[in-house]
Amino acid sequence: MTTTIEPPDLITPEQPGGPDGHAGAPHHDAGDHPHHEGPTGILNWLTSTDHKVIGKSYMITSLVLFFIAGIMALVIRVQLSTPSSSLVSFQTYNELFTMHGSLMLYLFAGPFAFGGLANYIVPLQVGAPDMAFPRLNALSYWLYLGGSITMLSGFLVAGGAASFGWVAYAPLSNATNSPGAGADLWLMALALTGFSAIFTGVNLCATIFYLRAPGLTMFRVPIFSWNMLVTAILILIAFPVLFGAVVMLFCDRHFGTHIFTVQGGGVPVLWQNLFWFFGHPEVYILALPYFGMVTDIIPVFSRKPLFGYKGMVFATMSIAALSTGVWAHHMFTTGVVLLPFFSLLSYMIAIPTGIKFFNWIGTMWGGQISFQTPMLFSVGFLFAFLMGGVTGVLLASPPVDFMTHDTYFVVAHFHQVLIGTAVFAGFAGFYFWYPKMYGRMLRESLGKLHFWGLFIGFWVTFMPQYVVGLKGMPRRVAAYLPSNGWTTLNVISTVGAFIIGVSFLFFLINLWVSWRNPIPAGDNPWDGHALEWFTTSPPSHHNYTHLPPIRSERPTWDYNHPEHRTIHSGKSTPSPEPSPDGEKVGAGS
Amino acid sequence: MKVYGLFLAGIGVFFGIIGLIYWFTAYEDGGFLMLIGSALLGLFPGSYYLWWSTHQKPQPDDDPSADIAQGAGTIDSFPGSSIWPFVLGMGALFTVLTFVFGLWLAPLGGALILSAAIGATVESRRGGIPVTAAAAAPDVDAGHA
Repeated sequence: MTTTIEPPDLITPEQPGGPDGHAGAPHHDAGDHPHHEGPTGILNWLTSTDHKVIGKSYMITSLVLFFIAGIMALVIRVQLSTPSSSLVSFQTYNELFTMHGSLMLYLFAGPFAFGGLANYIVPLQVGAPDMAFPRLNALSYWLYLGGSITMLSGFLVAGGAASFGWVAYAPLSNATNSPGAGADLWLMALALTGFSAIFTGVNLCATIFYLRAPGLTMFRVPIFSWNMLVTAILILIAFPVLFGAVVMLFCDRHFGTHIFTVQGGGVPVLWQNLFWFFGHPEVYILALPYFGMVTDIIPVFSRKPLFGYKGMVFATMSIAALSTGVWAHHMFTTGVVLLPFFSLLSYMIAIPTGIKFFNWIGTMWGGQISFQTPMLFSVGFLFAFLMGGVTGVLLASPPVDFMTHDTYFVVAHFHQVLIGTAVFAGFAGFYFWYPKMYGRMLRESLGKLHFWGLFIGFWVTFMPQYVVGLKGMPRRVAAYLPSNGWTTLNVISTVGAFIIGVSFLFFLINLWVSWRNPIPAGDNPWDGHALEWFTTSPPSHHNYTHLPPIRSERPTWDYNHPEHRTIHSGKSTPSPEPSPDGEKVGAGS
Repeated sequence: MKVYGLFLAGIGVFFGIIGLIYWFTAYEDGGFLMLIGSALLGLFPGSYYLWWSTHQKPQPDDDPSADIAQGAGTIDSFPGSSIWPFVLGMGALFTVLTFVFGLWLAPLGGALILSAAIGATVESRRGGIPVTAAAAAPDVDAGHA
């Protein structure tokens, strides 16, 4: 018996090393895996403290929530495709956009990265047998699942789900303006998932600080793990503030306090200060893990070491630090914030972000690039995030923000930022590490159909929203007049949303095909760099029986290619071979 | 250890400076307190790590030339599997739902949390599975042979 959740017919890897035939780890046959006696089936899911089982549970749960939130988005887009549409009532529309945003931001984008992929990959990347606190890790997942069910159950109570937007501005969110259990369930869900995130943050810090393999100094840790460490620190800064704000709002709603109500001497705009002190770091809590994913992927598919490793680390730190000092750029129009301070710091974030773009392009420059699915999604991320980032620079200017605040221009901006990161980079990471997690490949052809559908749909959906925003269409309206002149742009945007929706059907088909007709992945199908590619696919219970010497930030590459070993950080002799084809590699050829 | 000491202390210093600039330009209490709180969050553990880094011999994971064999031995004791995180999670769920649906849920939430606390403590005293560090892979040249 093992504690993994794979079916018993899972194909074990046939080749020990990289696709070039070099040996990898001393081969791990099924017989020499360290077995763990424990429960199986659903009892394994309920009781496992293995970071791999918990990571996969996070990923599956967050992807289910992603699809639910995606369906809500399609309903919203259909509603807006015609003026004065009556597909859903105004109240239902408010609930839909609130829950769409809440599910995507609180329950998908963050947990998919720091609960799912990071949970699975970080211990592998640092050569650890598990997370530092395995039971705390399991508790994080159960709090997350409980919080997700709590938030969704708002649709089942009288009065419906929360309908005040994912930011819950006071006084709209008080008991007078938003009565009912749905709003309270939303607040309690944030409390549960907030603690889940905090516990995961603590766990990631302890794992990276204390469980690294000998020789894996901090400046050899893969950038994905570095970014998860910085993200964990941001979580520890931001989420306690959110929890405090949620408790205060709940007290205002039910216990007679007046913290956010003018009548009792409170200050409504204090909610915005507290919320955005969480909310803007949250944007980077959602972005930095995905930056880390593409930073690990691009060198592998460019057949080069990462260009500017330390620059990437310091850029990540700079982005994180600045992100905590820019919260009030969401509040320019309140008239009570210090515009020069927040505007200047917001502009400064463009500098480390630009360094990252420079280094990503520098890594690809002169490389032997192969556009397999993870690389395609990574390049898609570069385009999508660039557009979202550039419009973010525009919005950091108070005069521009005054003109565009609460219009569809802002909607387009943050969707391009978040889809660029959580979806493009997130699925790049998923396609990249899926062979490691399940020991089987996803199909390249279906992956490419998924990518191109998403890429085309993405631009068709959101570019018209910038224009319709500049033409004055406000956010969060369920209907508009034909005379507004917004109809055509909204129709185009809705068509784009459905193209995105169809692209995800290819993803689901890909999963199904991979499950029904598995192509074994081998231990290292991409000829990867970091430690996770040294162990079996999927890894055994405590991950490693053997580890290679760690003399650079890409120890598996060094082991498999001693003739092209990294000499110093970021320098190596060029690779002589083009990247192999993914499906043939996956077939164990 | 020194690297993450500097990392955390650097966070503290950064937020301290930003907090002071913010206070003397904006005179706004909420943001100032949150920035100073963030500074302390970095300074406390950062100064602890920096202090420890001067009192502890270098660890293999901080040594760029360390061999895998230097980490040999038992890493730690890890729990095999445990039902108590699930029980505690459900206890927390029912407890927060008490605030929405009423006190009748409180005994259920409280009982689950209490049983998880007892169960996890007993389980911890019993101990988990000692996990041994991974061995060094064979020499690279041997791997190519």
